[in-house]
Amino acid sequence: MRGWLRQDGRKGIRNAVAVAYLVECAHHVAREVAWPLREQDVHLIGFPGCYPNDYAQRMMERLCTHPNIGAVLLVSLGCESFDRYGLAAAIRASGRPVETIVIQKTGGTRRSIEQGRAWAAAQHAALAAVATVPMAVSELVVGTVCGGSDGTSGLTGNPAAGRAFDLLVAEGAACIFEETGELIGCEHIMAERAITPELGAALIAAVAKAARVYATLGYGSFAAGNAEGGLSTIEEKSLGAYAKSGRSPISGLLKPGDQPPGGGLYLLDIVPDGEVRWGFPNINDNAEIVEMIACGAHCVLFVTGRGSVVGSAISPVLKICANPATYRALAEDMDVNAGRILEGEADLDAVGREIHALVLALGGGWRSASESLGHQEFVLTYKAFAPAGPGCLPESARRP
Amino acid sequence: MASSDPDGRLLLLSPEDDVLVARCPLPAGTVVALGGGLESMLAAALPAGHKIARHAVAEGARVLKYGAPIGRATRAIAAGEPVHTHNLRSDWTPTHTLDEARARDEAGAREQATRGGP
Repeated sequence: MRGWLRQDGRKGIRNAVAVAYLVECAHHVAREVAWPLREQDVHLIGFPGCYPNDYAQRMMERLCTHPNIGAVLLVSLGCESFDRYGLAAAIRASGRPVETIVIQKTGGTRRSIEQGRAWAAAQHAALAAVATVPMAVSELVVGTVCGGSDGTSGLTGNPAAGRAFDLLVAEGAACIFEETGELIGCEHIMAERAITPELGAALIAAVAKAARVYATLGYGSFAAGNAEGGLSTIEEKSLGAYAKSGRSPISGLLKPGDQPPGGGLYLLDIVPDGEVRWGFPNINDNAEIVEMIACGAHCVLFVTGRGSVVGSAISPVLKICANPATYRALAEDMDVNAGRILEGEADLDAVGREIHALVLALGGGWRSASESLGHQEFVLTYKAFAPAGPGCLPESARRP
Repeated sequence: MASSDPDGRLLLLSPEDDVLVARCPLPAGTVVALGGGLESMLAAALPAGHKIARHAVAEGARVLKYGAPIGRATRAIAAGEPVHTHNLRSDWTPTHTLDEARARDEAGAREQATRGGP
């Protein structure tokens, strides 16, 4: 693998320009800036709200200083509440070029788009000339998510992703699994894998919080298509989803935007703290992917049975198809056919090794299916989190 | 896959499980082995990843898959019968489906076709 070395010591496996709108009112201009450059690694991200939100501010700072990002263009309308000054300062402090276009000062839509495109194209050209350095597996952060799950997800794709996680963790990578709302019923077996009893208690509490929040909202983390695919209940879906975590010990519990302090396996707690506000924790799969990327994930393993086609801005998404019929129907969108396991053509270990090899290939510049097809989905909404508690990262607490 | 699978087309994920999972689509009329000498004919097609009961399950009983509970039977389930949202409910949050919406849509489309155009 090779990477682009950043000032904080992390390395990126991509060297993209982010174009970030800071309120929905600047979305069109930002999209027009990025669109003609979308195949030159210029990615559109942003936050639609006009009201300030500490979580969104922190997420945008983490995303704009992600190791896969080399330069950032901020697009502001001019009157929104988002702190564009603080965001620009954080990006500048990270050693990255940053420019802010304020539409109300630039003279409107057309001039903002022209100026933005010129800046983004110049940054792209400058980034293309930057040399890479060798990168080790132990420098990787990898996330995993499942979406469009069906009755095959827990049989093939999720446990195969778990095998890949076991291989990556053994080599010193940091691996992140998530969606505490899809671990309901698994919390006690999961807690037994925690490296300290305090962390085990924190894992159980995180799932209990998720169960409470989803009960308040009236729906589990379960879509109608999950049932069509043979999953009957949230606890059945959870048991399948849990298999993505593999069999390594669990080293910590992260909140969105927290960087793993070292190698190991981490659970990301995506459910907001405090009273239930602003609706569902994550309104779709991409909201979860964005949060793992904000934790520094260089790439995301996405297991699907029904057939999700999404990718993401900033970090490549590797698509693992659990259902062999879905794989045949949507082959161009899939990177791995884990459904072969059901047809007796491969076993979990072989597919796990294949996923592991493709993660390393991504780090060598190979592009995943969703990346090649131009998928750059991005979602960021309102949330509120308390910082992770003292028992959540036991290893880092022991360091000076 | 577990060597104790009673039928190569069905998976027993854990020895204590109440359900078997289809590893490939099985058409209606397929005769499957449930284990223990029990056989059953599928009344309806069973898609890959869907479940049938391995033995009779009493109303209100917990149903195990992967060796862990996936909910409770809302009515008595016979051996070989599909186990899904019509006879299994979550102990946590209710399962949301589009089954009724789809049935309404299909009925509407049939009615429109009978009338001959929109």
